Amino acid sequence: MGHDQNDGKGGCPQGVSRRGFFTAVGAGALGAATLGRSQTPGAPPAGAAEPTKVTLRVNGRAHTVLAEPRWTLLFVLRERLGLTGTKVGCERGECGACTVLLDGTPVYACMMLALEAEGHEVTTLEGLMNGEELGPVQQAFLQEDAFQCGYCTPGQIVAAEGLLRANPQPTLEEIRAGMSGNLCRCGTYAHIFKAVKKASELKKVAGR
Amino acid sequence: MLPGFGYARPRNLREAVHLLSAPGARVQAGGTDLLGCLRDGVFGVDTVVSLSGVPDLRGIRRALDGGLVVGAMTTLSEVAAPTDVVKGYPTLAQGAAAAASPQLRNQGTIGGNICQRPRCWYFRGDFHCARKGGEKCFAAEGENQFHCIFGGDVCFIVHPSDTAPALVALEAVVRITGPNGSRSVPAEKFFILPETDYTRENVLTAGEIVTEIVLPPQPAGTRGTYRKVRARGSWDFALAGAAVVATITAGKVERARIVLSGVAPTPWRVPDAERAIVGRRLNKRTVRDAAAAALKGAQTMSGNAYKVELLRGTVEEALLALA
Ligand SMILES: Cc1cc2nc3c(=O)[nH]c(=O)nc-3n(C[C@H](O)[C@H](O)[C@H](O)COP(=O)(O)OP(=O)(O)OC[C@H]3O[C@@H](n4cnc5c(N)ncnc54)[C@H](O)[C@@H]3O)c2cc1C
Ligand code: FES
Ligand code: FES
Repeated sequence: MGHDQNDGKGGCPQGVSRRGFFTAVGAGALGAATLGRSQTPGAPPAGAAEPTKVTLRVNGRAHTVLAEPRWTLLFVLRERLGLTGTKVGCERGECGACTVLLDGTPVYACMMLALEAEGHEVTTLEGLMNGEELGPVQQAFLQEDAFQCGYCTPGQIVAAEGLLRANPQPTLEEIRAGMSGNLCRCGTYAHIFKAVKKASELKKVAGR
Repeated sequence: MLPGFGYARPRNLREAVHLLSAPGARVQAGGTDLLGCLRDGVFGVDTVVSLSGVPDLRGIRRALDGGLVVGAMTTLSEVAAPTDVVKGYPTLAQGAAAAASPQLRNQGTIGGNICQRPRCWYFRGDFHCARKGGEKCFAAEGENQFHCIFGGDVCFIVHPSDTAPALVALEAVVRITGPNGSRSVPAEKFFILPETDYTRENVLTAGEIVTEIVLPPQPAGTRGTYRKVRARGSWDFALAGAAVVATITAGKVERARIVLSGVAPTPWRVPDAERAIVGRRLNKRTVRDAAAAALKGAQTMSGNAYKVELLRGTVEEALLALA
């Protein structure tokens, strides 16, 4: 993304980053959560806040769960379906730990209501297994040593899978851009990019 | 866990408009901005009315006049995709591609992108600021390195959208449907400054939905680009940006629209800069004149003076890219 690169003139010269600021002022301001809610009773037919039956197709299987509208896909995957391969990170669409595939395309499960996933095919890390064996992207991450603490890894692997499905032979630039929605606090990016390249080769050999 | 709310997924626009007439109802497109606002308690909602079940709102089609109609529910990835249609509007495609991250572009829509709420850390944080109905803008005397240098008044946000400047530059029209029927508003008039209303970023009134965005056909010889500068290569909002659309014939600029991002509470059109290049060739000198004109009237605060020089370079580079 050459045209996007900062030329070094910009940045945050004052030394306060957006992210740093949030930690400093504390974003845990949920006390104001009901701010602006209407008090008006007897409004036109509104959607129910009660749990609703929803059928989700996850990794090729249909699951019917009772879900509250406010539950994110991330919450339902982990807390109702027990699919803990999908990780909880920022819950603000900033880190990518919660990446899943929706109809084959990477999305953040923390930024999507579970009810919205109805009618779509969800694929999680668990769905990338090759039976009892690791799938090609998982294998590549292992071979290239593409993690340290491993917390971001499930999201990285799912994002890589989505990238390779759309673009089976990405260039390094395309890999960097395609993986830019996944942060790694351990900074293993160089290895992650190598692993994605490796995965594209493994997939080609395996024909999948 | 998000605070509790009801949920409805209407099947058509009429149903959606009806559901949105309930007090406390709010429209959801991709949800990538809305859920963040709800999680941070920026505002509350009684019912989330999702547009994901209204198929007519999604997709890109040719208009009869040769222009394009982009449904509000078209994802940013779809807008950025290298299709023939989008090739005619590179400024918009580049804006969409420069927004957020790959995942967010797969989820986020163009309608949601132009209606997203500002990213000011006081607005998003635990501050009862002017835009949330409070007494004052905390940025004016606080941490304001990401705030505006143009158009501030009472509140000093920058508009967060990367597609909005392109839409203004392309003279797009925003189609809106609400309880009182439908209307069309030029993108340039869609976004409003704090001096008009510092609690809203656009002209939408309660219950109104953006349904589509109309891109007029572009004259032969029209080129465009969007240059965005951010603090890092990975996802981030614009520190400064410039969307440019220019028609160039026989080497000379016939008409031009230059619209800035990251520096004002709305996409910020700079007519003086446009005039500086019309009738002239794009070269180092004319581009320098245009950038100087674009900076006229900038008002910096304690932390954002760097944006002036950054913007100068951004405008120069964007214009030179079209030369
Ligand atoms: C981490 C992060 C980084 C980001 N970086 C960028 C960036 O660099 N550049 C950029 O431009 N954006 C950025 N964004 C914003 C992102 O692009 C938007 O969240 C997205 O485009 C919004 O689209 P959505 O469909 O998800 O909207 P939603 O979240 O569904 O809606 C956003 C708002 O618009 C309203 N709305 C939605 N659709 C309509 C409609 N059709 N009519 C009327 N009102 C409507 C909703 O009520 C809500 O208030 C970022 C977001 C995140 C979380
Ligand atoms: S947990 Fe979803 S992006 Fe961080
Ligand atoms: S390996 Fe630790 S966060 Fe990526």
